[in-house]
Amino acid sequence: MSKRRSVGRCRDRSADSLGPEMNDRISKDDVEKVARLALLHLEPSELETFTGQLAAILDHASDMGQLDLSGVEPMTQPVPLSNVMRADEVGELLDRGDVLASAPCSEDGQFRVPPVLGEPS
Amino acid sequence: MSDFDESEWETVIGLEVHAELATRTKLFSSAPNEFGGEPNTNIDPVTLGLPGALPVLNEQAVELAIRVGLALHCTVQRSIFARKNYFYPDQAKNYQISQFDLPINIDGWIELPDGKRIGIERAHLEEDTGKSTHIGGGGRIHEADYSLVDYNRCGVPLLEIVGRPDLRNGDDAKAYVSELRAILVAVGASDGKMEEGSMRVDCNVSVRRRGETEFGTRCEVKNINSLRSLGRAINYEAARHVALIEAGEKVEQQTRHWDESEGRTHKLRSKEEADDYRYFPEPDLVELDPSAEWIERVRSELPSLPAQRRHDLVDRTGATPAQAGLIVERGLDALCIAAVDLGADGSRVVTHAEHNLADPRAVDLTPENLAKLTEMETGGDLSATQAKQVIAEMVETGASPVDIAKAHGFEAMDTDALATTVDEVIAANPDEWQRYCDGDGKLTGFFVGQVMKATKGQADGKAVSALLNARKS
Amino acid sequence: MTHDGATTYPTATAIAEAVAGGTLSASAVLDAHLARTAASEGTIHAFNHTDDDAARQRANEIDARVSAGEDVGPLAGVPIVIKDNICTKGVPTTCSSRMLDGWIPPYDATVVRKLAAAGAVTVGKANMDEFAMGSSTENSAFGPTLNPRDTTRVPGGSSGGSAASVAAGFAPVALGSDTGGSIRQPAAFCGLVGVKPTYGLVSRLGLIAFGSSLDQIGPLTHTVADAALVLDVISGHDSGDSTSLPTPAPRVSAHLDDGVAGLRVGLVRELMGDGIAPEVLASVNQAAEALVAAGAIVEEVSLPTIDYSLSAYYIIAPAEASSNLSRYDGVRYGLRVDAPTTGEMMERTRTQGFGDEVKRRIMLGTYALSAGYYDAFYGTAQRVRAVIRGDFDAVYNNVDVLLTPTTPTTAFKLAEKVSDPMAMYMNDICTIASNLVGQPSMSVPFGLDSDGLPIGVQLMAPTLGETTMFAAAAVLEAAQPLGSQLGSPRTLVANEGGL
Repeated sequence: MSKRRSVGRCRDRSADSLGPEMNDRISKDDVEKVARLALLHLEPSELETFTGQLAAILDHASDMGQLDLSGVEPMTQPVPLSNVMRADEVGELLDRGDVLASAPCSEDGQFRVPPVLGEPS
Repeated sequence: MSDFDESEWETVIGLEVHAELATRTKLFSSAPNEFGGEPNTNIDPVTLGLPGALPVLNEQAVELAIRVGLALHCTVQRSIFARKNYFYPDQAKNYQISQFDLPINIDGWIELPDGKRIGIERAHLEEDTGKSTHIGGGGRIHEADYSLVDYNRCGVPLLEIVGRPDLRNGDDAKAYVSELRAILVAVGASDGKMEEGSMRVDCNVSVRRRGETEFGTRCEVKNINSLRSLGRAINYEAARHVALIEAGEKVEQQTRHWDESEGRTHKLRSKEEADDYRYFPEPDLVELDPSAEWIERVRSELPSLPAQRRHDLVDRTGATPAQAGLIVERGLDALCIAAVDLGADGSRVVTHAEHNLADPRAVDLTPENLAKLTEMETGGDLSATQAKQVIAEMVETGASPVDIAKAHGFEAMDTDALATTVDEVIAANPDEWQRYCDGDGKLTGFFVGQVMKATKGQADGKAVSALLNARKS
Repeated sequence: MTHDGATTYPTATAIAEAVAGGTLSASAVLDAHLARTAASEGTIHAFNHTDDDAARQRANEIDARVSAGEDVGPLAGVPIVIKDNICTKGVPTTCSSRMLDGWIPPYDATVVRKLAAAGAVTVGKANMDEFAMGSSTENSAFGPTLNPRDTTRVPGGSSGGSAASVAAGFAPVALGSDTGGSIRQPAAFCGLVGVKPTYGLVSRLGLIAFGSSLDQIGPLTHTVADAALVLDVISGHDSGDSTSLPTPAPRVSAHLDDGVAGLRVGLVRELMGDGIAPEVLASVNQAAEALVAAGAIVEEVSLPTIDYSLSAYYIIAPAEASSNLSRYDGVRYGLRVDAPTTGEMMERTRTQGFGDEVKRRIMLGTYALSAGYYDAFYGTAQRVRAVIRGDFDAVYNNVDVLLTPTTPTTAFKLAEKVSDPMAMYMNDICTIASNLVGQPSMSVPFGLDSDGLPIGVQLMAPTLGETTMFAAAAVLEAAQPLGSQLGSPRTLVANEGGL
């Protein structure tokens, strides 16, 4: 091969080229908020570790700010398809007994959960 | 009626209506669109959000969404589904598949019976949640010992119709919901039953001083289960806002819960506890881009819609807008117009439809029979009272007015016989007659009633009045 | 334990032919594989679940149908291993997570139904990185899988159990899933052929989702012909998967002998740099020479934005995963850790049910989608994805297939990278782009390093370019240095005792 270059990490990473939002390093507060949104509890030591790791990954991801993306449409699917639909016909159902037998807790044909506090969050 | 000075304050209302679409199966799976029966019987891997399950869009739900969109004068456009992420046990996947950036229907309007146009921002497809029952604590969510979850309703197709904040009072809001319901029913998209939850109304209310152009801070009111509640909730909430502002306080942006028995709203949560739904395009579904052919086919198959039908009825029968609203709601407009086409008197037809045809079976009347009935009335063969009795039996049995009248022996009394009866009644009530002759107009009704009684309702009221009047002088 | 590179196991093609022809019973085939499993599974730990009795019953059924003169399908009596994120009705499916420990799916994935209809015999569910998140199979809640070629090393991941089971001779075929390299990287580490098909070619129905717009199921086998055989069985339109391609699937088996005469092969400059181990680069160059010798035209090409793949991938995949994994909440199935309220119950369940890598990616994805960051991260990543796809489209105007390393290095030592997520992610540098652009790619064994560890080279092709890709792979296989792979199509015919 005529020209060798290292894989990945050798590009210029001057802060000037980064998007303003991506330039902000993720904080412990951010991680705490995200953990809350994802319903995960973090011990203080975990919070520390995860914050460092997520920051490293996001720092790496911030290199995307170097690309000129103006006019580029987001690619949400690898192969663009449209109008995939099915006929409005009833199909096979699951047996309630089987489903509830593998549920953590059930009662009267329903899934039982501890008290729900308030509206959807 | 509001509890604040409406000359000073203006209420601004925007409604979000969720209508369950009348499909056989769910929006993204082939489980039946039925609930309310045995819990957790209409479930499949998609409904339960089982690992590995994938959604596939129900074509009929799209067809119904397009029908509603066109009926609301919306633009039907390319749309994509998105995931709305939030944790709640009713929501099996802990995300709801909805439409966010690109909804299927945008920018339409509804015409109210009085001619006002209310804007529609969007009408998009999304899936319904399951239902929780809270056990213990009197069924109250906050005091329950535990809850039970039924996923039969989870995944049922909904159309969320988001109205613009163009409404200014509770009556218009009620008219808007009635009209929307009529449209949903007319196009066969939904049964529109608010009390049963197949049509659910969330109401955004704010107030501002008249003349102001900026909107005030709004609150979203949930749990409105009837038109009556809608009007009450709006009035309560608007008054609450006015009171807060007049007391020098600020309205906080909140989601509130309407309590029908207490007649007031309660705070559920403030919007500062920011919802972060992390919407993103649903990668398990592809874009929905209905072809022009599809849209035009649906448009060509749309039935005549309530607003158009009201206009037609007014034009053809001379009905008032209020009468037209009622008659179209009863589905009797086509009958009325057909009867008029057969030569019936428009005013009599409309009067019957308004006053004598509340029975849902009235839609089965034939225009020929209705026209015949009015002809018998105008020809003097039936009195108004008799006509009322005949039309009731027509609805009941479907028989012709001629046969019914004959069976009852209803025939126009000849003038001589009627005059004799009038004279007998006058003779039997000399004191009343004197007062009548002295000008006590209230006694007209008394004498007409007496004559009616004596003739078992066969007499024509107008003829009786004429005879009484003639004898007075 | 280091395997003797000369050990050979029978191929699926040979087994199916012999079983269908009545010269070998499915039961005998199964027994030979179960015996090897019994001997070394204790060391390798390829499986989360096996059911020998069920497999024997199934093999007997195949034998009975063959005796009755029935055509039992193209995989007659072929033992097969299924990655534990593919739903198998009535058989536990865990994703190697405590979250799904003990969960028994009430339905079969489409691929599982297709394999059964083709006469295959499922022998077990393979260990993996939890929810397919990892590159070493060390992220399994049930302990790591070891590389049969060198048990001090990882088998790669996340389909490490699938790769190890084939490399150890427990089955000639395994299904894996590939979101960013999870089939190809373990194939390379274990000396196997591993295929990630065009997105939408193989149904995802019943594949427990990680990154929905990236995931594809594919085979891990000893030979290119076996991979083609299996791919032809599992590919094709499925109305139960909205992203399934409506076009007819290419029949790759029919094109294995097409050769590469006149084929234009691109060597991707950006993936031939200093970050790749010299021995790996040498193998790629040697593979290029082999293609030239067979009549191909090899040239250097550039994918200028491929360096951004890792960044885009580590936003998009976690974002989709954060949503896909929100259904694990202790309400309907799987683990529940009790608590006084539903909210706390869900939080405790998720906190105890997920391992660290899964939590890390859920948090990363949640952050990337959250208010205020969506455009900066998720929106940007999807645009970068489009730009990368544009690079690929441009390159395919000039060449038919691409040749690159599969991995920067050969199999690394256990625990070597487990504490440094970023170092672990760098493993995927060569494989990720195919997932982002949705195009097919495969790893083919080509040579050994100085430690005797297998080296994989990767072929990539444009959308639905599987037939060309397999034709090139067949040429590489025929030219591969001795010991690159364990199996050989000739084994069974030459020596039935080789079972």
